[in-house]
Amino acid sequence: MKPFIALESRLVPLPTNDIDTDQIIPARFLKTTSKEGLDKQLFCDWRYNADGSEKPDFILNTPRGKGAEILLAGDNFGCGSSREHAPWALTQFGFRAVISTSFADIFKNNALKNSLLPIVVPADVHAKLFTLPEDAKVQVDLKAQKLILPDGTAVEFPVDPFAKNCLLEGVDELGWILKQESSIAAYEASRIGTLNTLA
Amino acid sequence: MSGSVKSGALRTLSQKVWDGHIVHEEPGAPSLLFIDLHLVHEVTSPQAFSGLRARGLKVRRPDLTVATADHSIPTTDRSLPILDKVAAAQVAKLEENCKEFGIPCYGLHSSHQGIVHVIGPELGFTQPGMTVVCGDSHTATHGAFGALAFGIGTSEVENVLASQCLLQRPSKTFRVNVNGVLRNGVTAKDIILALIAKIGIGGGTGTVMEYAGSAIRALDMEGRMTVCNMAIEGGARAGMIAPDDTTFQYLNGRPFAPKGEAWDAAVARWKQLPTDEGAAFDRDIDIDANTLEPMITWGTNPGMGIPITGVIPDASSGADAMARESLAKALAYMGLEGGKPVLGHPIDVVFIGSCTNSRISDLRAAAAVLKGRKVNPKVRTMVVPGSQEVKRQAIAEGLPEIFRAAGCDWREPGCSMCIAMNGDQLSPGEYSVSTSNRNFEGRQGKGGRTFLASPQTAAASAIAGAVADVRTLL
Ligand code: SF4
Repeated sequence: MKPFIALESRLVPLPTNDIDTDQIIPARFLKTTSKEGLDKQLFCDWRYNADGSEKPDFILNTPRGKGAEILLAGDNFGCGSSREHAPWALTQFGFRAVISTSFADIFKNNALKNSLLPIVVPADVHAKLFTLPEDAKVQVDLKAQKLILPDGTAVEFPVDPFAKNCLLEGVDELGWILKQESSIAAYEASRIGTLNTLA
Repeated sequence: MSGSVKSGALRTLSQKVWDGHIVHEEPGAPSLLFIDLHLVHEVTSPQAFSGLRARGLKVRRPDLTVATADHSIPTTDRSLPILDKVAAAQVAKLEENCKEFGIPCYGLHSSHQGIVHVIGPELGFTQPGMTVVCGDSHTATHGAFGALAFGIGTSEVENVLASQCLLQRPSKTFRVNVNGVLRNGVTAKDIILALIAKIGIGGGTGTVMEYAGSAIRALDMEGRMTVCNMAIEGGARAGMIAPDDTTFQYLNGRPFAPKGEAWDAAVARWKQLPTDEGAAFDRDIDIDANTLEPMITWGTNPGMGIPITGVIPDASSGADAMARESLAKALAYMGLEGGKPVLGHPIDVVFIGSCTNSRISDLRAAAAVLKGRKVNPKVRTMVVPGSQEVKRQAIAEGLPEIFRAAGCDWREPGCSMCIAMNGDQLSPGEYSVSTSNRNFEGRQGKGGRTFLASPQTAAASAIAGAVADVRTLL
């Protein structure tokens, strides 16, 4: 995992509520066995016509949608399936943060494991962000857990302290989990007889 | 998920399961939970196995892990090779990975193959009080047994393969009380669709739901699985139902259920699981089973549901500008108008299947409606059993003959048109009545439009060639 360093970027607004993982990356692209090459499939059915040409008015096909690192989405982003292909596609396209009023639980977990920061803001801040001029930039200070608006207002956002540490250091959870070997072994020993082994 | 509480305090079902699985806790970190059962399928596992290989790790507990192929596989003749090369490679990869890491795999040609959430319970892998995970959001299904079961992403699949553990923060507790008696033609599917219509698809975010009340107790295990299956569509991490005699009777004698003295000991443990009388939930909601009608969704998420005789909401009913825009977008995608009914709307396809409604009782219910009747010739009706076991049982009961005589297409087990990864899909603009769990844009094929409903409603609609009220046929 890449360390999450401070971020300053324009916003790519996608003012739709309940954007589900089937929109972020449709299921027909989940037959892959690798994590690569998913950026072209991001929001595929909103982004391309049936003949594969770009829909000119979809935000990712406009100059505003290119080169920015923060997606500004409607309420309840990422609902639906557990496919980690969703954050893979978003990060491969170049996003490093998504701002919404709320995120679906599994999407949030998956995003954090891929250096994609889910930023939850209150409804009034959320509405204000949608009114910012196109070229306005916001800053994300993960260490201070602050989103800094162009007028200098700082908005605090919540992040799980453990996940924050992993993001800042660029380490994943598995190393930490494997260090708990003695606890895992002790737990397993306490469950001999009540674990339903399939062997 | 459901936080540990001081011993001696009154606890909910989910808190009891949580407390029994804590491996390690320290300040600043989530709890490390032990996982009793890890279910694996072809779509969300290959990158996790690659990760293990890259780190030189083994699967810690292959004996607590089971795999099957369900999402990408065709539902046509299994003796033929998979035509889609990418899908074929993914299914082959699963079998290779399982072989290399020593995991039992009920693959394409296994006599126990099926949708992962159908085979777990039917083979007796899923048991009360367990922690169950799978790289699949509908893992909530297994909560019907009083297991704490939830979907995880591929990074977490890798973590569980390597350590049999998962880092988790507790969720809030949310009790859904469903009391009363369901009327004729109203099913478990209608209970859960009504709940999600009421709370919205984000309504349960951050919670574990426990379904309680007389209408839940009256459901058989398959109905309970239908309810828990869709907990995720209300945003919840998991859905649970306390185990009782219905649960024990279902499990007794299943291939992987405990036997003899071990069975008696297990039942004694399981009887301790139900929520303590008076334990507090973070949130409670009541659903009156007596007044429920068959439900149908009209829109592009499972929360957009109405009683079958109801009218579609108008876009102007949205709470704010973005909500109004989202409603208008859903109506436009569906080609529907606010203020009109869905009842009577013409359809092209009926899909009876998926981990929500592809079990034997679902097929029996659909067959009871279809028996001696014909589906409308312009409707393509697919019946896809959830597993090989369900298929065998259906054959033993003569159900495929009923379906075929009615003009339905009886197919091989898999996810099929629930997710449309395998070629079973809607064409752009087509309408389906589907017994699956998601009506998102394009879920059943690019441009396809989905009405979610119960197997009974689906069968009645196939006959009518339009969205129908099954109660007119009963
Ligand atoms: S049947 Fe549908 S919801 Fe269930 S596991 Fe398969 S794809 Fe997922």
